Amino acid sequence: MTKKNGSRRALLLLLAFITVVVLTASIRYGAINFSTTEITRALASLLPGHPEPTLDQRIFLELRFPRAILCLLVGASLGVGGTLMQALFRNPIVEPGLVGTSSGAAFGSALFFVLGGAIHSSTSLWSLPIAAAIGGVVSTYLVFLLARSREDGRASIVMLLLTGLAVNALFMSAIGFLSYIARDPQARSITFWSLGTLSGASWNAVAIVAISTILGCAIAVRYAKQLNALMIGEEEATYLGVNVNRLKWIILSVNVVIVAVATAFTGVISFVGLVVPHILRMIGGSENRFLLVGSALTGATLLTLADLLARLVVRPAELPIGIVTSAVGVPVFIFLLRRRQYVF
Amino acid sequence: MLTASNITFRVGNKPLLSEVSLSFTPGKLNLIIGPNGAGKSTLIKVLARLLHPQIGKVEYEGTDISRTVEAELAKRRAVLSQAVEVAFPLTVREVVMMGRYPHFGGRPAPTDQSIVDEVMGLFDVSAFGDRAYQTLSGGERQRVNFARVLAQLWRKGSDGHSGAVSSDTAFFCRYLLLDEPLTFLDIRHQIDFMNKVRAFANSPDVVTVGVVHDLNLAARFADQIVLLNDGRVVATGAPIEVLTRERIGAVFGIEPVIVSVESDIHLIFN
Repeated sequence: MTKKNGSRRALLLLLAFITVVVLTASIRYGAINFSTTEITRALASLLPGHPEPTLDQRIFLELRFPRAILCLLVGASLGVGGTLMQALFRNPIVEPGLVGTSSGAAFGSALFFVLGGAIHSSTSLWSLPIAAAIGGVVSTYLVFLLARSREDGRASIVMLLLTGLAVNALFMSAIGFLSYIARDPQARSITFWSLGTLSGASWNAVAIVAISTILGCAIAVRYAKQLNALMIGEEEATYLGVNVNRLKWIILSVNVVIVAVATAFTGVISFVGLVVPHILRMIGGSENRFLLVGSALTGATLLTLADLLARLVVRPAELPIGIVTSAVGVPVFIFLLRRRQYVF
Repeated sequence: MLTASNITFRVGNKPLLSEVSLSFTPGKLNLIIGPNGAGKSTLIKVLARLLHPQIGKVEYEGTDISRTVEAELAKRRAVLSQAVEVAFPLTVREVVMMGRYPHFGGRPAPTDQSIVDEVMGLFDVSAFGDRAYQTLSGGERQRVNFARVLAQLWRKGSDGHSGAVSSDTAFFCRYLLLDEPLTFLDIRHQIDFMNKVRAFANSPDVVTVGVVHDLNLAARFADQIVLLNDGRVVATGAPIEVLTRERIGAVFGIEPVIVSVESDIHLIFN
């Protein structure tokens, strides 16, 4: 055990190191490449007494840098969300959007794209994220409401899972309908957003996502031991002193908040939340404290890599990041599964 | 001391337990028998506070357990279930360590580590501590789970009194509940299991209540037998008092021949 704990700690340090390396690459390369000296100068220009930033430096400070940080945070949120949901549902094929959160957020934003123009609302910077967040929370609430048993008011895990699938399907078809009736530019926006994009990154977005991510991760890690106990079943966890019902609500709430907030700023990014916990389980086992910290780091790294790829492949244009995560994630995932190094 | 008073537990309108009153004293092995659907597992779950009866109460040392906090109860009460499925790859040692979860906050203390070593030795599972639980056979899994459950109740120094851990709880006694623990075991392991349960149950501060199917095992190992049928207690007492030909015939629908060998009784079904 002590040996294992030691090697897990070493693994986490390695993952943190990789995250830093990938982050550095991500802020350096893109439509414009920045050298280390330029980056240092740009950062120095923020300090009092230094020359005003040049145009390139401002591109770095106002676009590239916040985008890289947002990417890191969203990746961490999705990774942690995936680990939480898989632990809670005791099921390795679950992803954070399962209880309707991301499809609801996507629907909220689609509705905004279609109706926002029609009602000539004041389309401020915040309207889209707010519409998405409302959609995410409402659809998740709908799933809980429908999954609740009539007898004792509790939502069983199986009911949540199946209701989540149904509500997701409902919202996806609603999005399909909206893009069908939408005029061309709106339809393009819906498509682009359903595939995920980090191009709207700003320091405001970073601040809000940072709060939810950091808070969410901190709460999640506190419940790691209880989630471990849940691995041997709800009844057994109860016998080990876990208030399972309370644990369910806390974990689901954390997941809804971090996923809805992340989705609200970046759109739907698939596969990160599903693949990340798998990769970690294969290299370091299923202990949830390790998994949670590890999936925050790995999620951040993978999404940053995906974003880098999305920016470089069709430079100076860019791909929706969701396409990259799926295109890279699916084959990797299937390869890992087929190696069958571990049993379900 | 564990007492159940006037327990009635219903699902919908169907009563699974009706007016069950029982008491179990420490240092004794109490075994519940009865036909399928008699309410044996339900009774164990009610005694463990997993299920809450509509009428009646369960008390540990005079304290109504419906008023206790789950985390406190878990320091003194452990339950061995029929079959435990693990959702993700876990090593045997990680599973056994879960038994110590109620006793430490963040990370296991050295005491927890050494208790895990001790119980793993007791159940001959030390050799595959690093193996994945999923790769074990049914019998091996059950041994691992028994080790986990005993780790939950273990006190350093096995006579039960020296160096008690987590003495900050409301209860003095330890409560071991067994829900058909022998399901996946071959005959040798069944006997071996029952011997270990017997030895643990002998501690003067351990209250043990278990469900078994095999009437002969019950007759051989129990101090007190509870015969359950249709959610009601039919008889309770020493094996020789409870296990009569007529009563077994009436409850199970098949009459045994009862033979006494030395002080033991044996049931033969033709």
